[in-house]
Amino acid sequence: MSKTVVSLHQVTIRFAGDSGDGMQLTGDRFTMDTASLGNDLSTLPNFPAEIRAPQGTLAGVSSFQLHFADHHVQTPGDAPDVLVAMNPAALKANIKDLPRGATIIVDSDEFTSRNLTKVGYETNPLEDGSLDSYKVHALGLTSMTVSALSDLTLSRKEAERSKNMFALGLLTWMYHRPTESTENFLNAKFAKKPEVLAANLLAFKTGWNYGETTEDFSVSYEIAPTKMAPGKYRNISGNTAMAYGLIAASKQSELKLFLGSYPITPASDILHELSKHKKFGVITFQAEDEIAAVGSALGAAYGGALGVTTTSGPGLALKAEMIGLAVMLELPLIIINVQRGGPSTGLPTKTEQADLLQAMFGRNGESPAVVIAPATPKDCFNIAMEAARIATVYRVPVFILSDGYIANGSEPWKIPEIAELPDLRVEFAKTQENFLPYDRDPKTLARPWAVPGTKGIEHRIGGVEKADKTGAISYDPTNHDFMVRTRAAKVAGVSVPDLEVDDPTGDAKVLLLGWGSTFGPIAAAVEALRENGEKVAQAHLRYINPFPKNLGDVLAKYDRVIVPEMNLGQLAMLLRSQFLKDITGFNQVRGLPFSTTEIIEATMAVLND
Amino acid sequence: MTDLVLTKKDFTSDQEVKWCPGCGDYSILSTVQSFLPEMGLPRENIVFISGIGCSSRFPYYMETFGIHSIHGRAPTLATGLAISRPDLTVFVITGDGDSLSIGGNHLIHALRRNVNLKILLFNNRIYGLTKGQYSPTSEQGKVTKSTPAGSLDTPFNPISLALGAEATFVARSIDSDRKHLTDTLRAASLHKGSALIEIYQNCPIFNDDAYQVVKDADSKGSAILQLVHGEPIKSQTHGVVFKNGGLEVVPLDSVPESDIVVHNANNVDPSYAFALSRLSGSELVHVPIGVFRDVERAEYGGLVNNQIADAIATQGAGDLSKLLATGDTWEVK
Repeated sequence: MSKTVVSLHQVTIRFAGDSGDGMQLTGDRFTMDTASLGNDLSTLPNFPAEIRAPQGTLAGVSSFQLHFADHHVQTPGDAPDVLVAMNPAALKANIKDLPRGATIIVDSDEFTSRNLTKVGYETNPLEDGSLDSYKVHALGLTSMTVSALSDLTLSRKEAERSKNMFALGLLTWMYHRPTESTENFLNAKFAKKPEVLAANLLAFKTGWNYGETTEDFSVSYEIAPTKMAPGKYRNISGNTAMAYGLIAASKQSELKLFLGSYPITPASDILHELSKHKKFGVITFQAEDEIAAVGSALGAAYGGALGVTTTSGPGLALKAEMIGLAVMLELPLIIINVQRGGPSTGLPTKTEQADLLQAMFGRNGESPAVVIAPATPKDCFNIAMEAARIATVYRVPVFILSDGYIANGSEPWKIPEIAELPDLRVEFAKTQENFLPYDRDPKTLARPWAVPGTKGIEHRIGGVEKADKTGAISYDPTNHDFMVRTRAAKVAGVSVPDLEVDDPTGDAKVLLLGWGSTFGPIAAAVEALRENGEKVAQAHLRYINPFPKNLGDVLAKYDRVIVPEMNLGQLAMLLRSQFLKDITGFNQVRGLPFSTTEIIEATMAVLND
Repeated sequence: MTDLVLTKKDFTSDQEVKWCPGCGDYSILSTVQSFLPEMGLPRENIVFISGIGCSSRFPYYMETFGIHSIHGRAPTLATGLAISRPDLTVFVITGDGDSLSIGGNHLIHALRRNVNLKILLFNNRIYGLTKGQYSPTSEQGKVTKSTPAGSLDTPFNPISLALGAEATFVARSIDSDRKHLTDTLRAASLHKGSALIEIYQNCPIFNDDAYQVVKDADSKGSAILQLVHGEPIKSQTHGVVFKNGGLEVVPLDSVPESDIVVHNANNVDPSYAFALSRLSGSELVHVPIGVFRDVERAEYGGLVNNQIADAIATQGAGDLSKLLATGDTWEVK
């Protein structure tokens, strides 16, 4: 049978199923196969906080969305072109995001009256005509998988578990993805379980063959590789890039890396990743609580290590007092906050940017700290090294504000050459007469990093206000005023690059200004707006405290400044107070990244205002 | 041993000591300063880390490295430092409020991990710095500013708590008994891992004479049960015997000398040391003083650093460029 091959510029696919159906793994594999073909891509995993919510319920639906193209990709895509739904719950939870005409592939075996009732379908959507405006492929994924594996000595339940590989095989055929890397992956993953390995390989192969032979699928699709700069690439998630950036910073600074951490979603993967790399001399310490996690990191920093703690919003709240001590001790400390929906426990597995003001001000007293934020998953690598530079040169706590979207999302990354990485070496205080622990470098205002074991510079520091230079306890009013202002001046004086503005025609009146993970949707919206002839400028803040020196001039240049944020206007508040500039906020806290369309609409409203 | 010859004066900082006149902290400070030269360590390799409270001012008076940190959290800083710098000797200075109330969690976890820390717990059974509220070791019924009708809380027994947390070295001493405190510091300094010394410390302002019974010449002889490894456990009037599956204090003249328990601090069964710790309640009738438990268990920082050394030995030192290119990669020409 001859089949048609159609060329596409881009596709967005969403895999959805029960949280036990293996959708994250399926999405990951499809992503890897797509990356290795040279397509640019962006991913969005979306899963419930419950590890195994009741089977077949809306609450238990887990999904993974992938956008890939023959051109540069900024976001995981607004609306899927293809939905793979492993059960009625997955269909119901995701159908609202599908544009008319989209392709739906469902496991019809799961559309039993019991499962339909469980999610409130009164009639079967596969039969009642409600899906008529979509291209629906209703396949017996479960039954086909079970019959394909009938020669293996597996129970029916065990055989059913491989249905995600059947679906992956089918999609792999549909989009002309290579099969080798998934086969290699399965071979490695199940090397010690030959029966499970055989089942997964066979299900994957059968799914591929099904697409190749059945008349249900008459068309397959090709997406040409994206033009990218020459070099070696891999796909990387934000949390992995962060962990690698810390190891790189440790090597480039010649400092031992010490991570003090307490498990918390969505930050734990940084702890997991770093704990694999002991051969780099990395110490990972899973502490008894969030306070001990940051305390141990600060203790290690006092001893001359690169001290890091990782957490998410609720954990940051607990660490506040210790970070205040770090401000007072003026020691290097990196605090990575992978933000999630708040307040309180909030939405543990969903993304948000509502901890900006907590990082800025969430401590007692005048307690300044540096705040920086990665723009994309791969940017986490660079931001980690940048945090190390600032923390060690200025001896200050540095916050990195990542979020769930950046942490779990992934994109292709051009692997940097080690020779290109910055030199991050700094000097410790040396043996000397009359050592003064709070005598500052006149340029950076940093005090000496005076580590134990150095003869002749024994000294005592603490959380009580200290006298200038000597560091002895001081309750002197003038001294306190001086020290408060000096700590503030030190952070304000941290050297950060100027803000770059993308304004190709140079005469745009409207600036879209973002920070953190909003970079992708803003960039995609700006591209689309310009294609429609609109003039908009874009700039993105990676440095929030201190702001780039030219930020005031940039803001002054534009009639209107739109700040999209996944909070109720926290960056906008900082900008207004510091620059007396009116800011148009575009704010959502839905636990999801902005869609490109939403930002386009918000911008058009301003352009037409 | 090094040829380092230091004296008490070498460990005395230039800071004016600012505890209240008559505070038990003075004698502890003096004893520690006098003992440190005996350890033969250079000053720069010693770090004192404290929390918040009267006793936590201690590091300022020591001519070593030191951090006066935040309330209850000294063990967290000390743990990070001790793990990452096994070459240092780290002391934690804390009080009963600091370590048993706000910082209780960190104390028990440091002890169970057996981090190489020497923890000196100054127990005065009162909050001094905040001016006289009851503490987690105050006796039930204690009348203080915050408990005018008497406290309702059952107090902690710090020794029992430490033993419950799997501590490998647990001892009790008294601020004014210079010789005993020195001996106990020596034993702690020879122990590999966490060592907790509870020091009965007098607060002359808010809880004066709380420990008078173990200090007065006419009462201490019968109150103090001396714990000396290999010696019978007894006071001048009483001895400790095995009874009903546990330990009991009986008049010396009621049993033959051979029935008195001979102390074995190295007993790996923690129930023995725990039974000893239960011989005294807050009323201090019979008070065991000395080393309750001194057993060997791998020290945490050593375990951490061994895992790293093993990884390097078996896999070679980390190669950053290899790490960055882990997994599926592709070339763009």
